[in-house]
Amino acid sequence: MIRFLAIARAEMRILQRNRWLLMATVIMVLFALALTFAGSAPTGSLGVDMLTVSVASMTTLSVYLAPLLALMISFDAVAGETDRGSLGLLLSYPAGRGEVLLGKFAAHLAALAFAMLIGFGSAGAVAAWFGGAGAESLIALGRLIATSIILGAVFLTLGYLVSSLASSATAAAGMSAGLWLIFVVLYDLGLLGAVVVDEGGVFTRQIFPWVMVANPADAFRLWNVAASDGVALTSGMTGVAQALPAWAAPLSLLLWPFLGFAAARAAFRRVEP
Amino acid sequence: MTDNILKIEGLCKDRGKTRVLHDVSLTVSPGERVALLGHNGAGKSTLIKAVLGLIPIEGGSISVASHRPGKGAARSATAFLPEAVSFHPALTGREQLSLFARLSGERADVPGLLERVGLADALDRRIGTYSKGMRQRLGLAQVLLGHPKVALLDEPTSGLDPISRQDLYAIIDELAAGGCAVLIASHALTEVEARTDRIAIMSKGHLVANDTLTGLSAKAGLKTRLRVRAAQDADAIAAQIGGSRINGASVEILCTPDQKMIELRRIAAMGDAVADVDITPPRLEDLYRHYAREELK
Repeated sequence: MIRFLAIARAEMRILQRNRWLLMATVIMVLFALALTFAGSAPTGSLGVDMLTVSVASMTTLSVYLAPLLALMISFDAVAGETDRGSLGLLLSYPAGRGEVLLGKFAAHLAALAFAMLIGFGSAGAVAAWFGGAGAESLIALGRLIATSIILGAVFLTLGYLVSSLASSATAAAGMSAGLWLIFVVLYDLGLLGAVVVDEGGVFTRQIFPWVMVANPADAFRLWNVAASDGVALTSGMTGVAQALPAWAAPLSLLLWPFLGFAAARAAFRRVEP
Repeated sequence: MTDNILKIEGLCKDRGKTRVLHDVSLTVSPGERVALLGHNGAGKSTLIKAVLGLIPIEGGSISVASHRPGKGAARSATAFLPEAVSFHPALTGREQLSLFARLSGERADVPGLLERVGLADALDRRIGTYSKGMRQRLGLAQVLLGHPKVALLDEPTSGLDPISRQDLYAIIDELAAGGCAVLIASHALTEVEARTDRIAIMSKGHLVANDTLTGLSAKAGLKTRLRVRAAQDADAIAAQIGGSRINGASVEILCTPDQKMIELRRIAAMGDAVADVDITPPRLEDLYRHYAREELK
């Protein structure tokens, strides 16, 4: 147990030194603040407070940004060390490969959580200050932060997976970009196409919601939408959310980090430094 | 109970469809320094990675301090210095070494170790600012961490200046004196010549020789080279003592070590006609070439 903490500590220091932590936090704060101010217009017409609207906009933002930041941090984790030639030495120490991966994961997740907390937290504080906030919208903000961190965790593990499979850090970066595009953009486009072709048939009513919730990015969206009426109202995603039982999206999103970590660990085991 | 802390028996390793290690057997006992020689691609690094348990093997067995390679106990007993060692450039020497100390579960005197390898000044500087030689020294410092029973050093002298090399071998001697089995992979033949107890030569994945330097020389039957420089007429000397003329003024004779004194007496008997004599005993280079070539046949 001590060993994975030692690795986490060193990784955390590296994230501070190479300014990753600072950059990620700044990016989160800027985007969240921009969306909060830009998205404050429909408050009156929908009859909800400004924080609710802000959370809805930030949910949309987080679907894109959380996976992106997570992949940016994790694609290098194994492939970078292989490229540099430092992996062999690290693995000659008594720490197991699972422990090495867990240590990196702990540090990366902590950094991601910090960026999310500061970014969404400051935007939420601004929205609450200017436009008011209720208990429900505060809970929605807390949920957004927590689920964004879990979504980040999913893509951290997927990043480790491609990092272990790729032959070099450059290849890992390319594969990460592809992964992001598939999960965040192409998956939904594909589903949309299928729904259009199906014209309201069995696929649209029975299968489509389940296929959609299987994608962690969509599960994240659905969880935030389904749990808060206000957010659902402003994001217009109520249809799918109502077709699924309440546990479907949380289960999918919570399961993904474990699946991803197990897959990454299996791939990392086969890496020959 | 076995005396050998590191035991490799019939090791085979495939890379894709090519076999890169063929039935390699090698043992190292505590306190012994063994040089593993071979040109690039001979299989030295692959052998070391197999001993570390970093790569799966296709045949044979390895035991490190009576454990399978890759097991926790085997890893704790082993120290490794990779070829062209590298670290994360953002960490300082002290942080990197502390990380390794925590990973091996040792309470180590990190500043003391860094001072031992001559890095006391660079303790809190980032490794990114280190020179190649300094990184190599840092690599050496982590070898000393945790009193290893087996040390595997892959090209430890690469990037080191002559004085650093002296220091390196002093540290290796210290390790061996403390009962550590040291395996040094190298192609710097002249260096390991005087610094090791035994020499193992690898060629194309085969272990082609494994003996002391004297033993290897005797087995190879390599000749001592006598170069005689003539005062005036090299042809006359060549005619008189045999051998071949190699340039205008010198004649070269090859003889077995036991013939050497006889030849020297004959040369000395020629008096003033001989200006100078150089004696070159068989070198590790010659030995290496001999054993590497023998395998090709």
